Amino acid sequence: MIGTRRYAGWGAVHLIVLTSALFPVLWILSLSLKTSGDIADGRLIPRAFSLDNYFGAKGIFKQSIFTDALFNSLIIASIATVISVVLAAMAAYAIARLEFPGKRLILVAALAIAMFPPISIVGPLFNLWRDLGLFDTKAGLVIPYMTFTLPLAIYTLSAFFRDIPWELEQAAQMDGATPAQAFRKVILPLAAPGIFTTAILVFIFAWNDFVFAISLTSTGRAQTVPAALSQFTGASQFTAPVGSVAAAAVVVTIPIIIVVLFFQRRIVAGLTAGAVKG
Amino acid sequence: MSSITLKDVTKRYGDGYEAVKHLDLDIADGEFMILVGPSGCGKSTALRMVAGLEDISEGELDIGGERVNDKAPKDRDIAMVFQNYALYPHMTVRENMGFALKLAKVPEEEIRRKVEEAAKTLDLTEHLDRKPSNLSGGQRQRVAMGRAIVREPAAFLMDEPLSNLDAKLRVQMRTEVSRIQQRLGVTTIYVTHDQTEAMTLGDRVAVMRAGVLQQVASPRELYDHPVNLFVAGFIGSPAMNFFPAPLDSGTLKLPMGDVPLPDGLRAGLEAETVHGDLIAGLRPGDMEDAGLVPEHHRGTGHVFPAEIELVESMGSESYAYFTLQGGAVQADELAELAAEAGLSDLGGGGDARVTARLSAESDIRSGTTAELWMDTQRLHLFDAHDGRAIGRTGRDGS
Repeated sequence: MIGTRRYAGWGAVHLIVLTSALFPVLWILSLSLKTSGDIADGRLIPRAFSLDNYFGAKGIFKQSIFTDALFNSLIIASIATVISVVLAAMAAYAIARLEFPGKRLILVAALAIAMFPPISIVGPLFNLWRDLGLFDTKAGLVIPYMTFTLPLAIYTLSAFFRDIPWELEQAAQMDGATPAQAFRKVILPLAAPGIFTTAILVFIFAWNDFVFAISLTSTGRAQTVPAALSQFTGASQFTAPVGSVAAAAVVVTIPIIIVVLFFQRRIVAGLTAGAVKG
Repeated sequence: MSSITLKDVTKRYGDGYEAVKHLDLDIADGEFMILVGPSGCGKSTALRMVAGLEDISEGELDIGGERVNDKAPKDRDIAMVFQNYALYPHMTVRENMGFALKLAKVPEEEIRRKVEEAAKTLDLTEHLDRKPSNLSGGQRQRVAMGRAIVREPAAFLMDEPLSNLDAKLRVQMRTEVSRIQQRLGVTTIYVTHDQTEAMTLGDRVAVMRAGVLQQVASPRELYDHPVNLFVAGFIGSPAMNFFPAPLDSGTLKLPMGDVPLPDGLRAGLEAETVHGDLIAGLRPGDMEDAGLVPEHHRGTGHVFPAEIELVESMGSESYAYFTLQGGAVQADELAELAAEAGLSDLGGGGDARVTARLSAESDIRSGTTAELWMDTQRLHLFDAHDGRAIGRTGRDGS
């Protein structure tokens, strides 16, 4: 009896959370499938389903402002993710395994960077990037994304590395591995769940960022989707581009879902089971 | 295969703490050497220095006659078995065992052959393609052994390899380890805190305490002639009993009565200077139900009454526990042993708690007063001041 009641309780909680999280998504999806005349009818289920907002003559895939931005977003987020994870893996390994002077300072400094509100450095960056010729370039976005995701990545990864028994590296060392070999062949495969978790976090940050994207880009050269969305124009200057924005919002959600689903399969809990007697 | 020599080896940490102090140890080619001692005695640190996982602060380490202080672990040609096995969880048993050979760029075919050969020795053939997580504790332990064996190294280092197994399996693996070592004849250093393992496995046993080597000898020698209180109390199960033993004109006044000083000990006492009170030690096995001791034998010992509190029958023998009034002994070394065993009251209070090992035929019962016989020839004497055993010089010839 108690079991059933508890089950029902949790069910209700799940329902509330799922509804509040997913209802807006559903609403956006519904908007994107409506014809321009039905946009304001306030119905969840469209009177008529239409893909005009996606593939129509004025659909988002016909607008270079969106297709360019989508391409930029993919490139920038991927590069930022790869560089950030590689750097973070090396830094985190050092922090987890080595004793060196200033270790605490590095961690505190990293954390401090993560706590910096991005908006406060956007102004200086804007000026700096223009002087350095990085304004409106992909590198101009990759660099701040890396900077802001590295601390979190280092923290997550060093926690994962710390959980890997030290004996495994020592065993590898005894087996004749150099430190680099031990890292590559023993530690990295075991830290894979941590690497993928970190990769997802970094990718999502870069993919969703709006502040840097809107401030440090101006054209299709480097503009990402969140920035581009804000510059969509309606059919006339008096109509809001609700349909297009909704369609674009749905499209940009898809890569995130793919990334999470793809990596989630790799995040197998208990991958280190069997390494040492627990 | 090769000998291992530690010359005056010291391990000092950054904060000045010395985990191993001036360790001298000669391990012959093919010898099975046990390092034993309570936790924190520096035995693992010593092993890790031989492995190359810890730097040597002072002194010299030779393997096969060559100084290896500054060589990386991989260049020392030694294999190590870790306490928690440290198997690579993402590799199969086959890959685990072949990892070292693969790193050494041994041809695939040869790796395969060697791994399968080792697997056969260890009864792992049918598990070769499983991952460590799917193996039982005993199987994992064997894989860890196998990983060391396939390399055919100059020496095996084992850091409490059996301590994670349950009791029954541990005994079984103990004979297995011994069998493998004898068959391969590889120089082996084996660290353990379990004195039973030390006594049963080793050619020689090195007892350590607080970073200092106490005694290196064969298990028999350690048992019969411990050099000090610590070794005497650590080696042997159940542990040796200790009593205060004031000496009065050739007679030891033990809590169980006056006993004439045995000849060997007399010679020792005359040859050496004693700085503190005397402590007598007697192994539980050197006592017996007086009724079972043959008449002609009785004269070599001393018969005394004891109020038996408890008799534990083991089948092949039984243990009798009793208390002797005013028999408690105070010594740092014994206090340390007691703390290690989790018995802070061992020898504490005013009375000595004594254990005697009796033959199975003995019909002594709990709660009765019984006549016990002790073999006074096998008494040990120690100087309470520094714990040193007395009369070893007098006994060495016998």
